[in-house]
Amino acid sequence: MTVVLTPELRASRIARVNPVAKLVAALLVSLTLVLTIDWVSAGVALALQAVLLPFAGVSVRQFFLRTTPVWIAAVAAAIATALYGEDSGAVLWGWGPVTVTDGSVTLAVAVALRVLAIGVPGVILFATSDPTELADGLAQLLRLPARFVLGALAAVRLVGLFIDDWRALAMAHRARGVGDGGGPLGALRRLGSQSFALLVLSVRRASKLATAMEAKGFGGAGRRTWARPSHFGRAEILMVAIGAGIAACSTLAAVAAGSWNLVVS
Amino acid sequence: MTVGPRPGVGARVCARGWSWRHAGRSRWAVRELDLDIEPGERVLLLGASGAGKSTLLHALAGVLGSDDGDAIGTLTVDGRAPGAARGRVGLVLQDPDSQAVMARVGDDVAFGCENVGVPREEIWPRVHEALHAVGLLVPLSTPTAVLSGGQKQRLALAGALAMRPGLLLLDEPTANLDPEGVTEVRDAVARIAREASTTVVVVEHRVSVWAQHVDRVIVLDPGGGVLAQGRAERVLESQSPALAEAGIWLPGPTPARSRPPAPVGDPLLVARSLTVGRTPFGARVPQVAASRIDLVARSGNALVVAGPNGAGKSTLALTTAGLLAPVDGGLVATDALRRGLRPEPVRWRSRQLVTRIGTVFQDPEHQFVRSRVRDELAVGPLAAGIDRRSLAGRIDDLLDRLRLSRLADANPFTLSGGEKRRLSVATAIATRPDVLVLDEPTFGQDARTWRELVALLDALLIAGHAVVAVTHDEALAAVLADDVLRLERASGPAEDVLSASSRDPVR
Repeated sequence: MTVVLTPELRASRIARVNPVAKLVAALLVSLTLVLTIDWVSAGVALALQAVLLPFAGVSVRQFFLRTTPVWIAAVAAAIATALYGEDSGAVLWGWGPVTVTDGSVTLAVAVALRVLAIGVPGVILFATSDPTELADGLAQLLRLPARFVLGALAAVRLVGLFIDDWRALAMAHRARGVGDGGGPLGALRRLGSQSFALLVLSVRRASKLATAMEAKGFGGAGRRTWARPSHFGRAEILMVAIGAGIAACSTLAAVAAGSWNLVVS
Repeated sequence: MTVGPRPGVGARVCARGWSWRHAGRSRWAVRELDLDIEPGERVLLLGASGAGKSTLLHALAGVLGSDDGDAIGTLTVDGRAPGAARGRVGLVLQDPDSQAVMARVGDDVAFGCENVGVPREEIWPRVHEALHAVGLLVPLSTPTAVLSGGQKQRLALAGALAMRPGLLLLDEPTANLDPEGVTEVRDAVARIAREASTTVVVVEHRVSVWAQHVDRVIVLDPGGGVLAQGRAERVLESQSPALAEAGIWLPGPTPARSRPPAPVGDPLLVARSLTVGRTPFGARVPQVAASRIDLVARSGNALVVAGPNGAGKSTLALTTAGLLAPVDGGLVATDALRRGLRPEPVRWRSRQLVTRIGTVFQDPEHQFVRSRVRDELAVGPLAAGIDRRSLAGRIDDLLDRLRLSRLADANPFTLSGGEKRRLSVATAIATRPDVLVLDEPTFGQDARTWRELVALLDALLIAGHAVVAVTHDEALAAVLADDVLRLERASGPAEDVLSASSRDPVR
């Protein structure tokens, strides 16, 4: 649970920025990049992001550990696109209905770069943000309803407890004589029964937590105050500007190179 | 340190013919209650399990809404409906784990203040004051997840205090704490109530903890209304048979051991220089909970593992039960126990384990895997390969012995606390294991369930089973133990935090 909600944030320029600004910046880049599929825009965005990466204060090991899923997704998407993507140009390799062509390879590169350019900054910005601070920002700066924001924050905490509960349930099943055996079918049945037990446990815990929150006046009629101020100052404006700048540069570069192709037209 | 004006007046509670029935139930949880509690009065609320103590506290805290059930009569706090008086009332519940809302200590204490609209400048001084009052001196940025059970309970209390309630409601606030933690939390409450003249209503089985610190004892009648009320000594004296029947722990001598001294039995499980611990998710090295432990579980003998919260007792229990692999050192079963299997219990198959070592978990709900009591009892024996014909006989016998027959078709999760405890023991002994391992079996149990449990364990011991019980309950150790192993608190993450700096870097 500590992993999820109270991450060890290393002091860095990006870690100090309000998470809301990071969210807005990441959204600006992502929304721009999903408009078009071409390798120029994604490549430019990725190059600019790489320049900013040192300011995140994430170690090399941490960087690859956290972004592993993004790399896997990028490679998987690239392979699938190369094999099954829309074909054009010279055929490089073929096997039955599967053909790899100049066109599908170009598309594959564009897709892989896009996954990276959207995924990597998203993961890094989230890794350098504190969920409590994000909730504060969403409620105070973006005026999202407190009920929704704090409810979601409490829910994230419960998700963190899943891991411990799952292990406890596995031990309980073993202690009851139903912890192994039965081959693959038995394993499947056990997975089902244990998942259901986890669900029951979580619902009970959530309802207790809801009572505790209500007892502390949550959801009352009066106006709520916020103990932690959420600032949107120069650093935050700069962060959003950087996001907008990356989005603009990649769009202009793609248009100039003539590769910009709007997906929705 | 006093900051800002204190509303130094306790709340007044008034009930007139108040009844409450939970949605979907036919029985009234509270009936025909007439009650007055004066501002600043401190009240100990007693009653049998099912007399409606928790329901009354929840209603006073304003967390019972009209869709939760039906109400008759009136119940008011300061003349208003409790829901309208939110913020005027603070509630602390029994389970410390499900009360922390925020991820960090300071934010969690501030949460209640934020909800009732305390201005920001005033919140942080209140947070410091509340944490000092309950003696939880950790940095505000400490993750709530690393706190021990006792610390979490003090955190919950601090959260309620920071709201400066006129009425403080405590639902078995010390049930899950070791004796040291009980005294600390009790003293914190007593001091605060005195200083701020807060009205306090506390529900607790163990009367002696609170008897000297309350103005009045109120005993709820399960049949409706108030059975008795008045000064503690008078009520306890005049009502002692009824209270004992209701499972209340009355002050007085602790129960004596009834089982004759046991001769030294044959060893079944032997641990030599055992180190136990768990590997946190994502970590590579296990976190050691306790090390260099030597123990022997012998047939017909009870080994009690004692020690404070956070000493690694539960981890040792799970390791001894063959559910966790030892970090270092050895835990081996003797030939008499392993009967041809490998020496390490953790390497046995699940169905081989249940006929040799049975486990009773701290939280009974963790070990329930079926939706009927009868099916629950059949799980172990079926896995162990008992034939269907003798199964029914064995289950009926167990249901009878543990007074669960009338609940045979009920859902285990709907049972009362004491019934759940009895069922959890029944499921563990249904496979007739040679060794029974119990983790804090008396946590939060009333006196009646406690006595039943001791009688049951005595019977098992006389029948030749080995019992390993992990507990901080000194009374249990006194009546049960043939051997005692005492664990001291190792330095865990919570202690590291404590020693780091007890003064407060404001975030």
